[in-house]
Amino acid sequence: MSKNIDINVHHVTRVEGHGNIVLDLKKGKIKKLEWQISEAPRFFEAMLCGRKHDELRSITSRICGICSIGHSLASLKATEDALNVEISEQTNILRRLAINAENMQSHILHVGYLAFPDLLKLGSVFPLANSKNKDALLKVVKLHRLANFMSDLVCGRTTHPIRLILGGFTMIPTKKQLLELKKELKSGLETTLELAQFIKNKTDGFPDFKRETEYIGLSSKKEYAFYDGDINSTDTGIFKDYKNYNKFINEYFVPQSTALHAKHSRESYMVGALARFNLNSKQLSNAGKEVANLFNLRAINYNPFMNNIAQLAEYAHNIENSLELIDRLFDNKIKDEKSGDFKIKEGRGVGICEVPRGMLIHDYTLNSKGRCTKANCVIPTNQNHANIQKDMEKLVPEIIDNPKKDIELNLEMLVRAYDPCISCSTHYLDVKFV
Amino acid sequence: MKPKVAFFDFSSCEGCQLQIANLEEEILDLIEIVDVVSFREVMKEHSDEYDIAVVEGSIMRPMDEHRLRKIRSRCKTLVALGACATIGGVNKIRNQWPVEEVKKEVYNDADLKDNKFFNVSQTKAVNEVVPVDYYIHGCPINRDEFKRVITSLALGKEPVIPNYPVCVECKKNENVCLFELGKFCLGPITRAGCGAICPSNGGACDGCRGILSKPDVECVMDLLKRYDLTYEEMKSRCVLYNTGVFNPKDGMTFVRRRKNE
Repeated sequence: MSKNIDINVHHVTRVEGHGNIVLDLKKGKIKKLEWQISEAPRFFEAMLCGRKHDELRSITSRICGICSIGHSLASLKATEDALNVEISEQTNILRRLAINAENMQSHILHVGYLAFPDLLKLGSVFPLANSKNKDALLKVVKLHRLANFMSDLVCGRTTHPIRLILGGFTMIPTKKQLLELKKELKSGLETTLELAQFIKNKTDGFPDFKRETEYIGLSSKKEYAFYDGDINSTDTGIFKDYKNYNKFINEYFVPQSTALHAKHSRESYMVGALARFNLNSKQLSNAGKEVANLFNLRAINYNPFMNNIAQLAEYAHNIENSLELIDRLFDNKIKDEKSGDFKIKEGRGVGICEVPRGMLIHDYTLNSKGRCTKANCVIPTNQNHANIQKDMEKLVPEIIDNPKKDIELNLEMLVRAYDPCISCSTHYLDVKFV
Repeated sequence: MKPKVAFFDFSSCEGCQLQIANLEEEILDLIEIVDVVSFREVMKEHSDEYDIAVVEGSIMRPMDEHRLRKIRSRCKTLVALGACATIGGVNKIRNQWPVEEVKKEVYNDADLKDNKFFNVSQTKAVNEVVPVDYYIHGCPINRDEFKRVITSLALGKEPVIPNYPVCVECKKNENVCLFELGKFCLGPITRAGCGAICPSNGGACDGCRGILSKPDVECVMDLLKRYDLTYEEMKSRCVLYNTGVFNPKDGMTFVRRRKNE
């Protein structure tokens, strides 16, 4: 079909970040199709230079408001790796609770507030407040509040945690608070399953699209990995040598983007909830599996739109896992511990964990005074950029005969499905059809 | 008529806008008194007609300055939201070095010439580009303070922003002074309004709400002496949120940030 498309849509919304989609279609042929990142570069790696070992967490937390707990934990793990700091079993459990809380907060924000309106053909969730579907909105709000309540309890604040420090915590929740959290989590689990049912029954679901690609994330023999694990790939398997992650991941510069891109065995790969699901689905909790089954999500699934469903399944998993973790805290008796001792020394440390949007790596080199001389952060969204580009290149020819509004919406929804991170990468999404 | 409010974001972590989403059901109360006409993070609808512009983030590039001036020309009242907007925040840490050096650190030898996305200047707070009417401080902002400021503006009242040190709120919370616990806290010179949230959770104040317009220099000197701390250490701590706030020629004096203080 010979078709020219000339649309210019500004300020496409409900995506975290400044990015552009440029599509130039002449006589049915794609002249230009680019996923551009126009976010002002913030130079965090440079900002860390010269800063003290105990300031690094607090600075890198500010890379992202949504995944500040994840950045804090990757940062602490890297610094602790460099200084050989041991953490206690209790700290280990509390950090896992923190990472669960953040994953829940971020996932429900994305699935409930950002992606959900597309399924109901709305511009935002606000109109739901005065509609017959108000109940669904209240479920989303309840689940969002639950996740924030949990972050507050464990970290002292929902955004930019205060209590997470080198070797431990400045303060910890009381038994009474944890008992209340348990009650809320149990009620939240029911709500999650109800919300999943609502999405299944009341919407048409997500587009049917498929592109084979590589999925990368952490895996652990013990559990569905978030806080700890080995780098794993659906193409090449486990990679144990975490300190040489840069032998595994190749980050590279592209002119249309202020965010670096990344590749491994193919020209692109995906990280995030769907990647974790594809690698570790057998270790999901029962409720997590129940949500996945409801939408026929099975590993390996090559539809990036299903990332939304993988997020919802992870939300249910995080709740069940948190309930187990709290019981373990009770079994061990909660103690007022001093944070781990350490001596300042020269060295390099690497910290890796799974944050809502995928595998996050912090890498610091410290000098003999404990000041940072070199830093590198590998951000999940940056690892996804090349994959988004490749998906677009496959998707556009498949929907080229559709009305232009439909093409536009599908491209937006594709980008949204990846849940690109507000500040790790983008600020504004301009879909530009030149 | 309800005032029309629009939200905009520049270089930041967008954590301050997130605090608005974190109001949960209370957002619905807020939209009873104001009309949200633009809020990219959560809604598709957008309008260029607004009374109050709420701006998050620091200003880094000529293209961003241009966009900010346009926003200023369209609104009656401009509110700076969060540390990146009010004082430049952590984004100013890099202002210690020339831009070219910083670029090299992150992007190595990539060719960035003629690429407008990379046309970066030193980090600026919003009031270094356009006049700002009101400030909602913090990293991140305090949700209750946000509600208070927006409600005041909607009712045509002057919002009150504290201009006394974090120590006042910290004492009220009955915390043990962090200096006594061997930590270095910027509470004595930092603007309150956060409810001393960091010290109350066992963390030292980093000064994210900005240095007081008239900090008690004598008291600070006394503190440094009493706890055997150095002025250099204090300057280094202030770099986190308040790069450039010390007058380099004048020793223990602070550069005033705004004319109206």
